[in-house]
Amino acid sequence: MQRAHTDAGKPDVVRMTGVRFRWPGKRGFSLSIDSFALPARERVLLVGPSGTGKSTFLSLLCGIVAPTAGKLEVLGSDLTQMANAARDRFRAEHFGIIFQMFNLLPYGSILDNVMLPLSFSRTRAERAARNGSADEEARRLLKSLGLDAGELAEHSAASLSVGQQQRVAAARALIGAPELIVADEPTSALDRNRQLAFLDLLFAEAEAAGASVIMVSHEEELGKRFDRVLRLDEIALSQRSAAA
Amino acid sequence: MSVHRHIVPRLAMQSLRNRALTAFLTVLAIAFSVMLLLGVEKVRTGARQSFADTISGTDLIVGARSGSIQLLLYSIFRIGNATNNVTWKSYEDIAKRPEVAWIVPMSLGDSHHGFRVLGTTPDYFEHYKYRHGQGLKFAAGGPFKDLFDAVIGADVAKALGYKVGDPIIVAHGLGSVSFVEHADKPFRVSGILAKTGTPVDRTVHVSLEAIEAIHVDWQNGMPQPGQSVSADDVRKMDLRPKAITAALVGLKSKLATFKLQRAINGYVEEPLSAIMPGAALQELWGLVGTAETALSVVSAMVVATALLGMVTMILTTLNERRREMAILRSVGARPTTVLGLLATEAGLLTLAGVVLGVAMLYGALLVLRPWVDATYGLNLDINAPTAREWIMLGGIVVAGFLAGLLPAMRAYRLSLADGMTVRT
Repeated sequence: MQRAHTDAGKPDVVRMTGVRFRWPGKRGFSLSIDSFALPARERVLLVGPSGTGKSTFLSLLCGIVAPTAGKLEVLGSDLTQMANAARDRFRAEHFGIIFQMFNLLPYGSILDNVMLPLSFSRTRAERAARNGSADEEARRLLKSLGLDAGELAEHSAASLSVGQQQRVAAARALIGAPELIVADEPTSALDRNRQLAFLDLLFAEAEAAGASVIMVSHEEELGKRFDRVLRLDEIALSQRSAAA
Repeated sequence: MSVHRHIVPRLAMQSLRNRALTAFLTVLAIAFSVMLLLGVEKVRTGARQSFADTISGTDLIVGARSGSIQLLLYSIFRIGNATNNVTWKSYEDIAKRPEVAWIVPMSLGDSHHGFRVLGTTPDYFEHYKYRHGQGLKFAAGGPFKDLFDAVIGADVAKALGYKVGDPIIVAHGLGSVSFVEHADKPFRVSGILAKTGTPVDRTVHVSLEAIEAIHVDWQNGMPQPGQSVSADDVRKMDLRPKAITAALVGLKSKLATFKLQRAINGYVEEPLSAIMPGAALQELWGLVGTAETALSVVSAMVVATALLGMVTMILTTLNERRREMAILRSVGARPTTVLGLLATEAGLLTLAGVVLGVAMLYGALLVLRPWVDATYGLNLDINAPTAREWIMLGGIVVAGFLAGLLPAMRAYRLSLADGMTVRT
């Protein structure tokens, strides 16, 4: 399922230059990234102990928070130049995000959870429905991620095991083929065998969709599955003092 | 904007269904509070109306010189005592005046097991009107024909278990336990009045002559020893009263009301007062009205408590909602979307509560109305909510929506601070 990539000519999906950010309030936690680039279709693992700003880095990357200074380009668009609403829409269109845990709305059905991003992005909704209906695409993704969609799709998300929940979250991140998959320690709740199996399934689908993957983890052992392993403290400087 | 936009409200509904029990209890609490608030409003207007309906069709009440509320209290509500009597001559002078269409004398001062005894004429049953000019009706028997006949109100009959033909003994004075009784001259129940919801229900009516008769051998409020007159002998005596307590006056033309009132208030032979019942009732309600306001304030506070309960309910789910917000934000929902969802949820819960509360109130009114009327003489009209009530109901929904903004704003701030982190 190869798709025409509009940004095929551009080598980098993400490019950060001189990005500065400080959380509002008393936390005083600040992060500065002088330079970071993610080439298209590359799979990057970002490692670092907790408290070094991994989540802040991802929040910046996904446009959930806005940098106070610098340039943050995703697919050639500068997120810092966008209004909040535009950044939210941009995220819906181009990002698939997987959290560490509690990825699913517990009251929604599994299919509802997978198809959730399609409510916020027309492009992804159209892409998902390209080979039939969005519903079929959701079931296909669930199946290729090792979940029996026919059996589970109508179940409530709360009835799933953690491993199953993470695979549903992966299907949600992948549906409608966003250009960038961002995962925040998605495998930390899984045992080693399941971690690797999960990554293999995720990568296979990301590959097929032509998406880049950026994942943060404190487990460096997962690195051999990635094209590149970066240490967060190599690219970003974090400070906890109030006078950042 | 998008083909699948409908998934968000659907998720909101699923979210509510997921918490169906707490949501239902919240709605129920709001419904009860709305029912109380509106019920109090209905009872308040009903009570006010019933109060104003205690007497109608009477243009003036005449009594000894006193304040209008006092005269109204003792003549109509049978509360307290007259400071003085009205002589029979004054009564006849007023009765003779050309403006007067009818006049009914009232003589108070005796009691029967705590119920007041009213000496009057059979005209009383014809001219005393209540609730939009309704007249007194007999549930059994008829007006007094014999000197020692008595007509009792519905409450008297019920409380004492009297039937037509039963003998009763009137006591002197007003205590419920009286040691001085007119035992030598027993009365017979000739009629029982239908329930009116007015003080008439708690009154024993006898003829004016009967009041004279039972006091004929009394002087200075005590029976005179050796001077007792038998019930048979008393029938032969002149029983024309020397004085009465008050009189109800109906006029040929309402236009003459002020003129006659002035004439009576300026009556030279005796200090008299004439009051207009409507004005006096208004004045009296002004005193009672404070309780009415207190009742409204209390029920408004109950509504506020119910809304507070709802806010608490939403706040307790906030941790779960923070997760929900992070997830929704990650798929591209704007923070305001989630804020709106929470506030809408509160608005919907309140709306459901208000609708249920109104339905419950009207259901209860429909069922309880006849009972309330029979028991308390309180006529509760079943009509569509008044403009004032609509405003109250609308105000509650708006208040619920605004109250919902409280947890929503908090969730909004938290979601901004949470960023990508999904908290437990």
